[in-house]
Amino acid sequence: MENFGLEHITLITGILVILVGLWGVLTQKNIIKMIIGFALFDTGIHVVMVSIGYVRGNTAPILDEAVNAKNAAQEIVDPLPQALVLTAIVIGIGITALMLAYAIKLYQKKKTLEIHNFKDLKW
Amino acid sequence: MVKKTFIFLVLVGFAAMLLSFIMNFGDNTALNDLASRYASQGPEEVGAANLVTAVIVTYRGLDTLGEVTILFLSASIIGFFLKVQAKDMKERSIRKTSEILRTASKVLTPAIMLLGVYVFINGHLTPGGGFQGGAIIASGLVLMLLGNPNLQVNHKIIYITESISGFAFVFIGILGIILAGGFLDNSILPLGTFGKILSAGAIPIIYIFIGLKVGSELSNIVSNMQETQKED
Repeated sequence: MENFGLEHITLITGILVILVGLWGVLTQKNIIKMIIGFALFDTGIHVVMVSIGYVRGNTAPILDEAVNAKNAAQEIVDPLPQALVLTAIVIGIGITALMLAYAIKLYQKKKTLEIHNFKDLKW
Repeated sequence: MVKKTFIFLVLVGFAAMLLSFIMNFGDNTALNDLASRYASQGPEEVGAANLVTAVIVTYRGLDTLGEVTILFLSASIIGFFLKVQAKDMKERSIRKTSEILRTASKVLTPAIMLLGVYVFINGHLTPGGGFQGGAIIASGLVLMLLGNPNLQVNHKIIYITESISGFAFVFIGILGIILAGGFLDNSILPLGTFGKILSAGAIPIIYIFIGLKVGSELSNIVSNMQETQKED
């Protein structure tokens, strides 16, 4: 923590986005707003994961004129978290689309999106 | 009141859990062993200039197959769930879209689709790849639907594209077992000159099929959501 750098800024931003998303999921009453909360939670986790793979002063893991292929290991950031985040974004899209489909179906059933009106599973 | 306090406590607890993570977050000065192996051996073994692509398509190709399967599952669940019966279909009255949006969608949609194809063909050289290119193609479809909300998307073409590209992805993977080192090995084709478009063995071909598959799956999701609007 003593030498504050770019990776700390992105890490803290990502964690703030995670907290905003969690707050949205817990407090919002509208189903669409809850889905936006989940999407924010997802995005925050992606930012945190990319910032974990950052190596100070290094560049993107693409070998072109900017990076010498001989000693690429000293000049690039970790490609593995980036590949993982790419996977996670696609899964996130699938989950968000599925939640939106449920929201459409719930709206067609009850003509409302307020979570208070769905009491069928409440005891 | 009790509920609000509880929510506040959950948020504070979550923040405290992550605070220790920030405090112990050391700044990296060098890559770890696995990443430096990918960086030093990747260009010779795989031949892709974009190391993220090398990891996704070749080193972790099986994970990508699983990922495409998850996307396919969620697309087909949405298709099953939002199924519209023919008897429910009614003409709906929609607000007429503006002249600017209609004209812009006609002009821009081909360019957006072309950009998507460019992104997934160059996936092994530049930032981008099959998933990004597929998402761009689907966003072109979204613009088309915004410009013309009554547009009837042809599902048959989407299903055929998706099935053929999914089959070709697995088929190239199995060819890797027979002709080269293992499942999804890209050296079934010559590696070519490093940094040129025809390089990195089978990676461009695999990424073209992934791009078509992701594009058709996302288009399928979007058009299914559009069709439910015809109900009631």
